[in-house]
Amino acid sequence: MRKLRLLYLLCAIGVVSACGGIQPWVKPYERDHLADPIMTWDRDAISSAYMDHVQEAREGSRGGTGAAGGGCGCN
Amino acid sequence: MGTTSAHRQPLRTPAFTAFAAFTALAPLAALAFLAWAGAARADVLPDNRADIFYSRYSGGGMDITGESVLVREKFSDTFAVEANYFVDKVSGASVDVLSQASVIKDERIQKSVTLTYVHDKTTYTVSYTESRERDYISYTPHFALSQDMFGDLTTVTLGYSRTRDTVGENNGTADVPIIEWLGHAESISYDLGISQVITRNLIGGLTYEVITDDGYLANPYRLARYLDPLSGKGYSTESQVYPDTRTSTSVEGRAKYYLPYRAAASVSYRYFRDTWGVIGNTTELDYTQPIANVWILEGRLRFYSQGHARFYSDLFPYADSQNFYARDQDLAAQKNTTIGGKVTYAFLPDGWKVFKRGTATLDVSRIDFKYSDFRDIRDYGVPQYAPGEEPLYSFNAMIYQIYLSMFF
Repeated sequence: MRKLRLLYLLCAIGVVSACGGIQPWVKPYERDHLADPIMTWDRDAISSAYMDHVQEAREGSRGGTGAAGGGCGCN
Repeated sequence: MGTTSAHRQPLRTPAFTAFAAFTALAPLAALAFLAWAGAARADVLPDNRADIFYSRYSGGGMDITGESVLVREKFSDTFAVEANYFVDKVSGASVDVLSQASVIKDERIQKSVTLTYVHDKTTYTVSYTESRERDYISYTPHFALSQDMFGDLTTVTLGYSRTRDTVGENNGTADVPIIEWLGHAESISYDLGISQVITRNLIGGLTYEVITDDGYLANPYRLARYLDPLSGKGYSTESQVYPDTRTSTSVEGRAKYYLPYRAAASVSYRYFRDTWGVIGNTTELDYTQPIANVWILEGRLRFYSQGHARFYSDLFPYADSQNFYARDQDLAAQKNTTIGGKVTYAFLPDGWKVFKRGTATLDVSRIDFKYSDFRDIRDYGVPQYAPGEEPLYSFNAMIYQIYLSMFF
């Protein structure tokens, strides 16, 4: 528990202290590859949400994928 | 149902303390992130979009078709609304239901509305989802806040949702249902995500999510079984008894790389554990190859494994043998492998009337499920297997998705 709190604290300090110092190392004009639609995490939200539901209804694991929704899938 | 709530004890485990720490620090973190609003470029909303979607799942004795419509429209440069309507039609029943009950027909209707507002480098999202089946009703409000920082190299997302479920059981038939409402369950989810530009060709991400449940969490259609020498089969069944609470933690890391010849490869790994003792590992590999700005081909491999819940057993030694007992295949030890392919065809490159462009997509996946402590207890005729010596259960499922997307 203490280790976990320490980890969160270090993350928070890192984020706040980094605000003043870090310069973007990939300039806006260098991001053409990243802007390509094939580089998006989730090109078709309707399909990803469906697959998340299929998997969650048959597996014990859940979460961590950014999906929100409901339903049972009990049968 | 016959579940004995007197047996149930709330679980308080280290995952709960992690959850408490997360909730304590999340507001501080949110304030720190909000304080960091750069001045260079504001976030932009994605294009207006309309999707018509059809899906079919077939496997494990179940046949499920899904139809969906999604529309997303910007009402200004900073405000967008998205609406989604989804209908699932289920026929058949999974193996453990088949071994105990009649075939099931059901329909699930899910509706959701999402509002998105962009202010400078911050995106606020509020959504509401309602899902209804004859024997299951679920409501989920969701809030998310996303902040770009460090010259737009980093995006941090905080999410919160609260789901309230009403759980019932159909004691009638598929055509003449008699629903007995068994109870409520409430689920609260907190998630924290970071997406990071690492190089001009590489992007990475990390998501941490804690979900807590409280209430009626069992699946009423599944039964535990125990050795019973007086029974002809050598075993009898009883209602499952689950804990009233569950807390799960999942962490997913992912990376996507732009290859030199215009293609993308991605890898992700998720670690999951919960207070029921389930530990899951998910690894996914994905490759995307566009061809001549008209086609996009995508291949996908997913490997999943999980250990069983502490109170799961395929066969208990006698009735009511412990405080909690379950024989739900979702809580059994299993491995599954998904192989999938997706083809997207882009049309109307120059637009037509109000539409800027359109895409048509076919996605086919196959999942092979293998259980290592869940047995197939369907009637094999004579000679019958001794209890606990039936073949281990395995099945495969085919999933088809076809959808048309119009951007305007």
